[in-house]
Amino acid sequence: MPDEMNSDPLPHEMGALDLSMALPFIIDELPLGIIVMDCERRAILLNRGMEALTGFDRKETGTIACRHIVRGDFCLEKCPVLSMSQDSGMMCVEGNIVNRERQKIPVRVTFAPIRDSQGHHIGFFETFEDIRALGSQAGKKSGAYTFGQLVGRSPQMEQIYRFLPMIAQSNSSVLLTGETGTGKDLVAEAIHHESSRAKGAFIKVNCGALPATLLESELFGHQKGAFTGAVENKPGRFRLAHNGTLFLAEIGDLPLSLQVKLLTFLDDRVVHPLGSTKGFLCDVRVIAATHRNLEQMVREGTFREDLLFRLNVVRMQVPPLRERRDDVQLLLDHFLQTFVTKFKKPTRGFSADALQILLSYHYPGNVRELKNIVEYASNVCQQNQILAEHLPAYLTNPIPPEQPPVHTVVMGSVPPLTHPEENGENPDRAAMERKIIIDAILKTREEKKDESEWPVIERKMIVDAIVKTQGRLNKAAAVLGWSRSKLYRKIHQYGIET
Amino acid sequence: MTTKVLICLYENEVCPRFDLTREVLIAVIDRDAAVLKEKEVVLPQASLEMLCQMILTEGIQVVICGGIEEEYYQYLKWKNVKVLDSVIGDCKLVLQRLVQGRLKSGDILVE
Repeated sequence: MPDEMNSDPLPHEMGALDLSMALPFIIDELPLGIIVMDCERRAILLNRGMEALTGFDRKETGTIACRHIVRGDFCLEKCPVLSMSQDSGMMCVEGNIVNRERQKIPVRVTFAPIRDSQGHHIGFFETFEDIRALGSQAGKKSGAYTFGQLVGRSPQMEQIYRFLPMIAQSNSSVLLTGETGTGKDLVAEAIHHESSRAKGAFIKVNCGALPATLLESELFGHQKGAFTGAVENKPGRFRLAHNGTLFLAEIGDLPLSLQVKLLTFLDDRVVHPLGSTKGFLCDVRVIAATHRNLEQMVREGTFREDLLFRLNVVRMQVPPLRERRDDVQLLLDHFLQTFVTKFKKPTRGFSADALQILLSYHYPGNVRELKNIVEYASNVCQQNQILAEHLPAYLTNPIPPEQPPVHTVVMGSVPPLTHPEENGENPDRAAMERKIIIDAILKTREEKKDESEWPVIERKMIVDAIVKTQGRLNKAAAVLGWSRSKLYRKIHQYGIET
Repeated sequence: MTTKVLICLYENEVCPRFDLTREVLIAVIDRDAAVLKEKEVVLPQASLEMLCQMILTEGIQVVICGGIEEEYYQYLKWKNVKVLDSVIGDCKLVLQRLVQGRLKSGDILVE
């Protein structure tokens, strides 16, 4: 009986499932980054998870050495694969990789040899698990005033910390608003890592960085031959973010044509790559962020109202640093500690003068600017304390702000519309001022129009005809080609005294 | 008009990680597509601080490397150093491509 069982053909021998053909598709569906290498440690196969993690496309990598794709801190000096003996099993290490998005990602990597049916060693495979989520949880436990990578203890930040876990539990679309440099992307990452999708990919796309045609292919993918140069199928960022989160930065810069496509996706959750007849059902949570006033853009017709309604399910305003002054000291200490450790400097703190300058500065570039200032000071300072002279010159010798240009309303011309944030103005106030100027121009144009257009001309015609016929209305009506009653009506309408 | 270039090395290739670079190639190239000077420097240890300091003190205008973290990329950019990152390939081939003015970030040059 066992012999009979053994003689039965295996399913793949019957042609039901060809494993060698199916392997790339199988590993594509696994929620891990996987790379298969030959004995020379050249990458011969990458799955979709690995593409998302490293940013490399399997089509462009060919058979290059895996260290160029993985870029791990374990790759150069102490590659675990080299230390594997002929009969060793799998091994696991923790380290970090730097992907093409220039992010350093902590990973847990499992290495295992691949052997053929005779037991000959024919290659290796590695699986990569993104452990940022574990790191953020550890950080959350240890830090009193942090959440993921967010730092702050002001009431506004505490409110965000309270909201984030609740938002993370749902799958609703999130719209993050706030000025540039406030940390919208960190909030998005915190939501992702706190959610049940933390094991999936977190894919970030800057909608303002690419032209519309490229962005469409980047987001939704394309089919081979869809356009000139489309030599291979491309999955697109939505597909890469399957089971994860897609973060659309600068959604306000998304072209109108793509807004429609995004709208369709948010409705039916199906991605249609360019040139493809088939859709792909994609389980992606969308988080969008912008520093623009989307309501204003809707009024101006540059952003679709229906897309705004769909994105605006959960809205979160990230406060600017000037509204949470309590956090400045905390952030200064946090970044100083970070950079001092990183640059191996002896610096321990700020002098009273330097601290005074830093605390009184208004930080138009928000946390990003504060971080850069501390980084600069940490680089320049070689002492125990950061002094005022170690700060960037524009803090110690402030340049007087430029006078805003005075817009004179000239007939038929619209004053240049400056971005509100460029002048550090409140966007709503700037928008209101802009509307008043535009209204004034339109009103003036209207008045000018009144003078030159038909009613004025008609009144003049009637007066001329009456003068010409010496007040005889019958003859005036004949001159004008009107009936007498029409002339009377018009005289009454324009208030002409006869 | 000459340009001073630094290539992060690992054996004869561009080093996959900027922060783990132990060896660099510093070259001076001119507009006529010629390499005027070349020197290889071995660093005592992989140190970002040391590497950034070397880039600034040597007056490097272009850095060619593999993976680099965003903050170092932005720092060098802020210091007016052009960074061509995610470059893969043999350093001679990369330098040749740079001299021809055809090298860009993300290029994979494998023969």
